[in-house]
Amino acid sequence: MAINDAIIGWKTITFGCDVVEPGNSANFRTGDWRSQRPVLDKEKCIKCGMCWIFCPDMCYSQTDDGYFEADMEYCKGCGICAHQCPKDAITMVPEEG
Amino acid sequence: MIPEFEKFKGFSAKNLPKEEPLAPGHRACQGCGEVLALRMVMKALGKNVIVCSATGCMEIITSPYPHTAWRVPWIHIAFENAASVASGVEAARKVLQRKGKIPKKHVDIMAVGGDGATGDIGLQWISGAMERGHDFLYVCLDNEAYMNTGVQRSGCTPYGAMTTTSPPGKQSFGQVTWKKNVPAIMAAHGIPYVATASPAYFIDLMNKVKKAALVKGPAYVHIYSPCPTGWGSAGERSVEISKLAVDTKVFPLYEVIEGRYFLSRKITKPKPVEEYLKLQRRFRHLDEEHIAYIQRRVDADYEKLVKLSEMA
Amino acid sequence: MGKRIGVEVSIAVADAVKLARAEVIPAYPITPQTHIVEHLAEIVANGELDAEYIPVESEHAAMSACCGAAAAGARVFTSSSAQGLSLMSEILYIPSTMRLPMVMVVANRAMSAPISIWNDHQDIMVQRDIGWIQTFAENGQEAVDLVLHAFRVAEDRKVSLPMIVNIDGFTLSHVIEPIELPTQEEVDDYIPPFKPKRKLDPRKPITMGPVGIPEVYTEAKVAHDHAIKNSRKVILKAWKEFADKFGREYHPVESYRAEGADMILVTMGSISETAMTAIDKMRDDGKNVGLVRIRLWRPFPAQEFRAATKHAKVLAVVDRCLPPGAVCGPVGAELRSVFYKIPGSPKIFSFVAGLGGRDVTVERFEEIIDKAEQFAKRRPKELYEVIGVREK
Repeated sequence: MAINDAIIGWKTITFGCDVVEPGNSANFRTGDWRSQRPVLDKEKCIKCGMCWIFCPDMCYSQTDDGYFEADMEYCKGCGICAHQCPKDAITMVPEEG
Repeated sequence: MIPEFEKFKGFSAKNLPKEEPLAPGHRACQGCGEVLALRMVMKALGKNVIVCSATGCMEIITSPYPHTAWRVPWIHIAFENAASVASGVEAARKVLQRKGKIPKKHVDIMAVGGDGATGDIGLQWISGAMERGHDFLYVCLDNEAYMNTGVQRSGCTPYGAMTTTSPPGKQSFGQVTWKKNVPAIMAAHGIPYVATASPAYFIDLMNKVKKAALVKGPAYVHIYSPCPTGWGSAGERSVEISKLAVDTKVFPLYEVIEGRYFLSRKITKPKPVEEYLKLQRRFRHLDEEHIAYIQRRVDADYEKLVKLSEMA
Repeated sequence: MGKRIGVEVSIAVADAVKLARAEVIPAYPITPQTHIVEHLAEIVANGELDAEYIPVESEHAAMSACCGAAAAGARVFTSSSAQGLSLMSEILYIPSTMRLPMVMVVANRAMSAPISIWNDHQDIMVQRDIGWIQTFAENGQEAVDLVLHAFRVAEDRKVSLPMIVNIDGFTLSHVIEPIELPTQEEVDDYIPPFKPKRKLDPRKPITMGPVGIPEVYTEAKVAHDHAIKNSRKVILKAWKEFADKFGREYHPVESYRAEGADMILVTMGSISETAMTAIDKMRDDGKNVGLVRIRLWRPFPAQEFRAATKHAKVLAVVDRCLPPGAVCGPVGAELRSVFYKIPGSPKIFSFVAGLGGRDVTVERFEEIIDKAEQFAKRRPKELYEVIGVREK
């Protein structure tokens, strides 16, 4: 199989090469890139949301009990959340395997 | 006085928009300060916006066929012309609304580009759009070099910085000229609103972007965007560096509203520039003399800014 | 039916754009297109046309704004020449593959250096492969008619491609000719309102202009290639409709006294009219000559061209573009390809004439036919010859 082989046909490619499904990059698992992951110590967490607002990959969302949880589907392990947490409640831990 | 600002209450930590017009799965580097800034810009604007993007990091990482990270209408034509494309979109919507072909509801139009696209190759295009007075906002995401193509210098590369086309060597110490003051060039066009912002001060950033969108006419927001890959800084420190840039007066936060300067943060106890420089490998080769010069210039430029704001 | 009046071609072209109800006009002036954009500014300022006139700061910005406006769903027009057209070069490849319809009139002018404001076809030959539909006008009436035709074709949902109408700078743009402008009702009947296949709209967010990774680029371009080839049907249909409505017929290739001709002159643009005079003179002198004019340049009408010329022994192609270092002029080369390896095909020679505004007279055409006759007997060293150049 040759490299860079076509992934779509010229008859079926979108009109003008548009991408018509908004936000479908969400199908791409950037989580595979990371070599470390954030781990939260709920005891220390004050639910300030700094981890949520400073994540370049929109990983964090707020759970029902108010804590913020990172989506491992996308987390690239950059460590900004851990570095910015005012209470040092997040630790970056090496990704297994 | 800009009437639209009077009704604007501003964002607060308690009422930050939850919506993400930018989707995850984009291909930005780990710890990218620019995509973080872009995320904040989009949260401030919401989904009622048409985005015209220049070629650059943000364009590449958000639109690799068949994917798009954009949940709002978005168009990319070329490198230097985001402002002209936005001009065309704005004019089209004006006439189509007048003729009743599309609803009269206002839609924000945002042109976005990096420092190269805005202040170098795109300077003519943004100048024309600003002079013509189109109702749009231009956001410059400044990571201080042509990062997408591999860290080559731009007019916005700071003094002394190492890039692949301003490498330090026996005959040179890196970037030999001072950073081009693009916000001042924009202010010189007499547009109603110019602002600088840093993702570390996200409420300030989001307020400024929202104000820029509210203005009837052209507006410009210049946003400091750390690039760990290009600056040789730790990805986890992107927000920290964004804060240091402001706290050392290297990147002052201000607004120019109808020609009058307003400092967003008066830095009374500035940190020394050295603290800022030492976190980035692109400055590692600088000697004491260079650093002293940088400190002097930063202080002098900041004083000028303070004097301008006192004239208001 | 409108009245036939004497009017400067540029003014008539601007009036045609008005009749076509263009909506966004990004315009940057360059000789010899200036009268078009000036008159358009007047028309808009007087409220005769409900449009947004964007006085951009360069041609590159003009074409960029055209892309934005077309993407947002408006009917777009612009115009340029030579240096300005070249400045737009970077962008020209983009709306075609992105399928953004728009109409541009190019007032053909020579390329610098040396700087020249006068007419030849170098500027448009530089832009051969941009993937736009391209036609050539021979006189003022054609200029107007082809502009109307262009809006009709470009915006057709089966086409959705940008289109260029070429008019010779000065020799057409600045001359006063008898032109009949149709009425607004007639044009409204011919050009339906623009209904874009898609547009930028928060109600239906799409991404236009993504990164064409290697796994997709070829297919994107091939899709474009098919689109421009298939546009033929719509181009011909729109010309037929035009003939039915306005009584003037247009074809991709036009013949003049070419039936049975041994030698055929091939021209594009306004020199065709002088060529007709030359053919008449040469016929009177007993020469078996004819003229074929190419009106549709892209997509190239190979079928029609072969049909019009295959019986001839020699084609004397007038190229209005010098191809330094090439084997043959661009039009000559295209036509040699049309006939390549087809047995019994005419011999084809390229003659470069009328560079930088130099007149191509009846005498020059006679010279061309003479030379073509000689070349047919003995193949020349070079496949193109510059006509009317002074040696010492």
